[in-house]
This record gives sequence, C-alpha cells and structure tokens, in this order.
Amino acid sequence: MIQVFSKEFNGYLNSLIAYIVIGVFLTGIGMLIWVFPDTSVLEYGYADMDTLFSLGPYVLIFLIPAITMKSFAEEKKMGTMEFLLTKPITEWEIVIGKFMASISLTLFALLPTIIYYYSIYLLGEPVGNIDSSGVMGSYMGIGLLSAVFCAIGIFTSSITSNQIVSFVTAAFLCLFVYSGIDSFSTLVSEGSLALQIKQLGILYHYDSMSRGLIDSRDLLYFISVTGLMLLLTKTILSSRQW
Amino acid sequence: MSLQIQNLSKLYGHEKAVDDISFSVDQGEIVGFLGPNGAGKSTTMKMVTGYLAPSEGKINVGGFDVLENPIEVKRITGYLPEHNPLYLDMYVHEYLLFAGKLGGIGGSRLKHRVAEIIDLCGITPEQNKKLETLSKGYRQRVGLAQSLLHDPEVLILDEPTSGLDPNQIIEIRKVIKEISQNKTVLFSTHIMQEVQALCNRVVIINKGRLVADDQLSNLLKHKGGSSLVVEFQEEINIGDLRNLAGVAEVTAINNNKCRVISLPDVDLRSLLFRYATEKGFSLIELKVEEYSIESLFKELTVQDNGI
Repeated sequence: MIQVFSKEFNGYLNSLIAYIVIGVFLTGIGMLIWVFPDTSVLEYGYADMDTLFSLGPYVLIFLIPAITMKSFAEEKKMGTMEFLLTKPITEWEIVIGKFMASISLTLFALLPTIIYYYSIYLLGEPVGNIDSSGVMGSYMGIGLLSAVFCAIGIFTSSITSNQIVSFVTAAFLCLFVYSGIDSFSTLVSEGSLALQIKQLGILYHYDSMSRGLIDSRDLLYFISVTGLMLLLTKTILSSRQW
Repeated sequence: MSLQIQNLSKLYGHEKAVDDISFSVDQGEIVGFLGPNGAGKSTTMKMVTGYLAPSEGKINVGGFDVLENPIEVKRITGYLPEHNPLYLDMYVHEYLLFAGKLGGIGGSRLKHRVAEIIDLCGITPEQNKKLETLSKGYRQRVGLAQSLLHDPEVLILDEPTSGLDPNQIIEIRKVIKEISQNKTVLFSTHIMQEVQALCNRVVIINKGRLVADDQLSNLLKHKGGSSLVVEFQEEINIGDLRNLAGVAEVTAINNNKCRVISLPDVDLRSLLFRYATEKGFSLIELKVEEYSIESLFKELTVQDNGI
C-alpha cells in the first residue's frame, strides 16, 4: 500500500496538480474570507470561520474530483492497470494507496487555513473570542467530508478510462451527496421521512459536527460512506475477472 | 519451478477466446507460444499472471494455484504485458524502483538490483531520461527490466520483440537467453526465426485451441516429406507425376512448373531426374524447398481456418 501511496503522492508533487490544487484552494478561500465584502470576516464583524466551512465544501466539490480523476482512469487508458494488478499486491492495497494519496493532498491544502484561525483568534475582541471547539469540530467535519469526496472521486475514476467523464461524474455525485439529498428532503412534506432523507446527506452530519459536537453517529456516517465507495471501487477492479 | 496449464478455457460472453488448452513448461525451459493474431495467446498469458480469471480449468505456477494464491504466484512471476504499458511521466530509475518495491524488494538491495538490471538490459546510456523520451526499443528494454527486477522464477513475455528493429531484436533475444537459465520462460512472438533461435519447444494455438505442443525439431521432422519445385522445358502432365512411387502430392505452379511433395524419407530428386530422361524432357530446375517453421505454422493454423 505504501508503495502505491508514495508513487501517487510523488506523482502529484512532480506534476503541477498539487500546486494548482493548493494554490487555487487557498486563493479562492482567502479571497472569500478576507477580501470579498459579501463574505469577508472583516465586514461581517463576527469572529468565526463560517465562511471557510460553509463555502469550502463547494470549492472542494470541484477540486477533489480534479485530484482523483486520473487515479484509475489514466492507468486504464495507458494499460498500466495490468502492470499494477500483476504485481504481488492486493487490490485493496492499490485502492487504499490511491485514496490515501488524494486525501493527504487535500488535507495539505486545508492545513494552511489554520493561519486564518489564528488571525481571527487574534482579531477577536477580546483576543481569543472565537468558538475554538466549534472550529475544531468543523475541521474534523471538513476532513471527513474530504475523505468522502476523495472516495467518490476514486470510485468514478475506476469506472471509466476517460478523465473528463470521471471528473464530471465525481463533481455531480459529490454535490448530490453533500447538498442534493438535503434539498430533496425539502420536497417531502412528511416530517419524519424528510428527516430520514436529510440524514442520508452529508450536510446534516457536517452541520452537526460544526457545532463542535463530535457525535459517533456522524463519525460512523462519514466512515461508512467512504468505506462503501472504496468497496465499490475494489469491486470494480475485481470485476475484470468475472 | 514450473508452469502447468490444465484444461484452460476463457469465455467472453459466448465467444470462446481460449478453448480447453493444456500444456506445461518445465524449469529451465524456454517455450515459444505461437498463434495468429486473436488466437488467444495474450488472454492465456493474462490468466497465467492472474490478471484475468479462467472460466474453466486450472493454472499452477511454481506449485501455487493462480486463483487460490494469486499473490504468491505474482511474487515469483515476471510479466511483460503486450504493448508494454509504462508510466510515461516517470524517470527510468523512478519506474524501476517503483516496480521493485511492488515486487517486494526494498532498501539498498533494491538500488543495487536496479543498477544491475539496467546494465543487463543495456539501458545504461538512457538511464537518466524520462520514459516518454525513450525510443520504442529502449522502452521495451525497460519493460523487460521491470519484469526481471525481482528475479522471478517464471517469466511470461508477451511479444517482447514486437516493433523493434533487427539489431534490437537480436539484443533483446540475447538478454532473454542470458537470463533464462534455470528459469521457466513462456514467450509469445510472431517472428518465426526467433522461435528457432530461442526455444526448445513450441506451443501453437489457433482460435483458442491447442494445435501443436512439441520439440521444434520433432515438429519439423514429423511433417516429414520434403518439397521440391521442378521445372521442365515441356508441358507437364500432373497425373503422370502423381503416379510416381514416393510422391505424396503435386500442385501445378504453371504449365511447366510444379511443386512435388514426397512421402516421408523419400528422396525424389533422382526419381524426378529419371522420369525426365524417360520422357525425354529437359529438366531446367530442381529445387529443394526447406520445410520451415513458417510453413509449419501456416499449415497448422490456416488449414484449421478452412474447416
């Protein structure tokens, strides 16, 4: 697994992908938080990081599929899938290795935003007047949400040898799971059913985490969606033998 | 370490790509795997290396069953796939290190081994380049290097010399010959001279079915009769020739020229000469045609197509 991980991660670093992803993410989020008056913390006047955590997922919906789109699609197109799959490693190792590489890159892009937290912490009146546990929970939430997006991206990459198809499908699926399901639930008039549908989407669990409450049910939700996507990917890889 | 294939079949939908093939390769043997395009060679090799699963039948590599112990099989197998897929954005060293790590070698041993294999495969002058800048011949060598890196006991090479120029072919062949001592080698090719140069044995398949599995010399011998091309100044009566003792078959090439195939172990030359003097014909040409592996291949594979 570690071989696949390091090959993939080096691949990101050696190509432009890593720098573009990190650059675009930080520029976009930086502008939103500090510059554009509609969303800027400075204009808003409250010492919180809601801008990052409410708009960040939408940036990630486009960035993560861009990271993951080539992971299997390119291997399939170039025929290197056959090279990988005839080496003494299991399919799980390949899938997990690729998943770990893409989630690591995403977390790398998120890491510098801790500076924003520190800035807002200092800007607070009095200093330190920020809901730190809420921020912590939100960071965990956005990390877990990135894991789900990466797993979705890896999955769509495994079903096609065309990177564009992979990208568009992944972006759509991410958006659907993130807020699409939530929007659907508003169509249902019956309360308990609407809630159940809502709970299938990421937004419900993400919001609950951003309140600073780490509920095991939310954790379980993120882990199982990620696991399900990776299992599907592994199944797709095995399907060549059917 | 040896390779055994038993009643192997592969179905694609209703199409039988490989149909009940059985053969084995012993340690120290180089076996040529021949067949026309689409005969099922690559499919068979993909099943042997665990990339595809057989629909029916068993494959045993070095004592391990491919379906039950895929990882063990892959550990002792080196595989050069058809079309030699490479990560073109990697450097030669980077790629070989990656392949080595996947093969289970690590640390200083791996570095040492990579240097050794680069030397063996003759990649030294190009070793610091990116794979995408390499010529086809060097790419092929890198592919071969990759398959040899973990010192596998069984080598499966799918058209290792396709697309190379004659000099490169000879060099690659030399490498294969060199490394194949004490290994089990199965390789497919379209070049018949290669089979003669490298193999002890050939396995020929056609339309997924096994049509020959024997020592090359035996195969050539079995087919027996020699083929002669005769040309007379006068017009030939094919019927007359057919009636000569020892003649198996006569096919006319034109009015004055024909190809005569003898029964096994009969030398037709003097017979034809006597026939000519009896009839008062003047014999212009009498040429013995070597029964080559090309014609053997053609006979075994084309004949089948006719049915």
